[in-house]
Amino acid sequence: MALTALLALVRKDLTLFLADRRALVMAFAAPIAIASFFGSIFPGPGASTEPARVAIHLVDQDGGPIAAAIVATVKVDKNFKVTVSAAEPARAAVRRGASAVAVVIPPGFGEAAGRALFAGRARPQLALLYDPSRATELAMVRGILTEHVMRAVTREVFSPASGRAFVDDALKRLDGTGLSPDDARALGELLTSVQRFYDRPGPRGAASAGLSAPYDVREEAMTARAGAAYNGYAHSFAGMGVQFLFFAAIDLGMGVLLERQRGLWKRLRSAPVSRFVLLAGKAGSGTTIALATLLVSFGFAMLVFGVRIQGSVVGFLAVALACALMASTFGLLLAALGNTPGTTRGIAILAVLLMVMLGGAWVPTFIFPAWLQRLTVVVPARWAVDGLDAMTWRGLGLSAALVPAGVLLGFAALFGALAVARFRWEES
Amino acid sequence: MVILEGRGLRKRFGEIVAVDGVSVALEAGKILGVLGPNGAGKTTTVAMLAGLVTPNAGEVLVGGQALAGDADPAKRRLGLVPQELALYEELSARDNLRFFGALYGLAGAALEQAIAAALALVGLGDRARDRVGTYSGGMKRRLNLAAGLLHDPDVVLLDEPTAGVDPQSRNAIFDNLEALKRRGKALLYTTHYMEEAERLADRIVIIDHGRVIADDTPAGLARAHGAPSLEKVFLALTGRSLRD
Repeated sequence: MALTALLALVRKDLTLFLADRRALVMAFAAPIAIASFFGSIFPGPGASTEPARVAIHLVDQDGGPIAAAIVATVKVDKNFKVTVSAAEPARAAVRRGASAVAVVIPPGFGEAAGRALFAGRARPQLALLYDPSRATELAMVRGILTEHVMRAVTREVFSPASGRAFVDDALKRLDGTGLSPDDARALGELLTSVQRFYDRPGPRGAASAGLSAPYDVREEAMTARAGAAYNGYAHSFAGMGVQFLFFAAIDLGMGVLLERQRGLWKRLRSAPVSRFVLLAGKAGSGTTIALATLLVSFGFAMLVFGVRIQGSVVGFLAVALACALMASTFGLLLAALGNTPGTTRGIAILAVLLMVMLGGAWVPTFIFPAWLQRLTVVVPARWAVDGLDAMTWRGLGLSAALVPAGVLLGFAALFGALAVARFRWEES
Repeated sequence: MVILEGRGLRKRFGEIVAVDGVSVALEAGKILGVLGPNGAGKTTTVAMLAGLVTPNAGEVLVGGQALAGDADPAKRRLGLVPQELALYEELSARDNLRFFGALYGLAGAALEQAIAAALALVGLGDRARDRVGTYSGGMKRRLNLAAGLLHDPDVVLLDEPTAGVDPQSRNAIFDNLEALKRRGKALLYTTHYMEEAERLADRIVIIDHGRVIADDTPAGLARAHGAPSLEKVFLALTGRSLRD
């Protein structure tokens, strides 16, 4: 009889779920739509889509050859969308958010930078006017700009036409550099050698290449195997799938509270059915719905976006099942702790959003402070996303699924135990 | 023959004593009316008898045996019709009854026969496939009753089963209850409507402040209190002050 009741409880919840179109949309269409969106904007390196360019303004108040060279090279940099303007329009563009950064090359910048290269003092300032809400882009602009400025300055300094004047000037100022006599003597010898380099016979006027980074980089994405490209949709579907598992859990919890509010729980409790069967029925239907949500989402991602389980299929299913069980017991915990559906829903949504954010479903966890990154080990969403990533694009084996699945089952046991302990059984 | 008995039932919620030493007995083929002002303890008494609430003191006996836990098979002899419309509005009447029947172990042909009989009793056979959400208030009340009768219990506990229904549905429910009484069922019926109790009840218990303050037949109560109607008896016993 217990089995008949258990199956009836599960079947009833599934029938109710399928009868509710809004629940269906929330469970299936919403995670697919949002994960598709996130996957499209975070495709990962090497994707064929054109990366977004950082909009910057360039203001050349110097007008010299070094500043002109900087403007010329920055304008063709594929990372930037450059607008050359005067100072005030640039400042206004950053203030209204149209541009992330305005780079202002002040008067005399090129001259001073050439001198500072050897003397090391009186370095001119390059002004960066930035939008404080786009600090990440500021860091990117600063880094890329360094190479462009360095190349432009050294190209000019090491070209015979203008370099001789910089070297002569540096030799005259050796005493004022603050260097020790030995160091000043050594620098003087170096600069004299540069002069001899300029004076040597041969073709004149050839442009110098300038200094650049003394190395090239070979980048290799560590995906499932050599040649298997990273698929950003795999991670976004994991993150959004987990988020919507939690939303399904909220629905489960609200469902129990609504049943209580509508007197249905009285009818359930009046039947000769144990508490275990009642909760197991809820957990069973909740797990089934959560698992279906995840599998349908990933099924869509496989069909449409080419996501593949590059690792262990068994491991993927184990992690997915553990996720679903964890989510359903979390729903039971909400039902146990909640008072009314209205008051519980808001708190539950807040808790879920915090969990999925800390779990790395929205943004990479590396941007968090160190203490917060350590804290994420107590967030089930982090283990869920890590486990699904490991089995999909990372292509790891079954053994890599054991820890995340085990931790998720541990969370399920904890949530289930707390729910049983705190569940309000008495109906009056 | 007493089928369900509550002996010295006491229940407190925090500092509030909701029920304090209530004893009731339900006999086969009889209807026990339970009356009381709001907050008197009627619903808590029904909840203890149905096994929804564990009494702090006293015991509930089904067929002379103490009710032993949630899954006690003796609960199959009890049918509860709660005050709320405890139905899934998203499901059809038939699917509601299929689910509730399964909780009592009914399956297959036995379940289908029980559903047909319960729906026929309350006059909803032709609307069995319709979603409950499309039903009128009276139809929902009748289906609420059918859900409590589906497993053919010996005892039916009805907590204000006619709240908010029109006279037609109310009379239909009365007819159903009288039919059940004729079949030998023991019924407990809580209500605020005195005329309902006068029409249906063989015996009346009046509860106030968690205690039984009267327990007699309608005629006996009228005689004892020299009042021409049950309402006069009720007001004489419970007073005219408003209850929250």
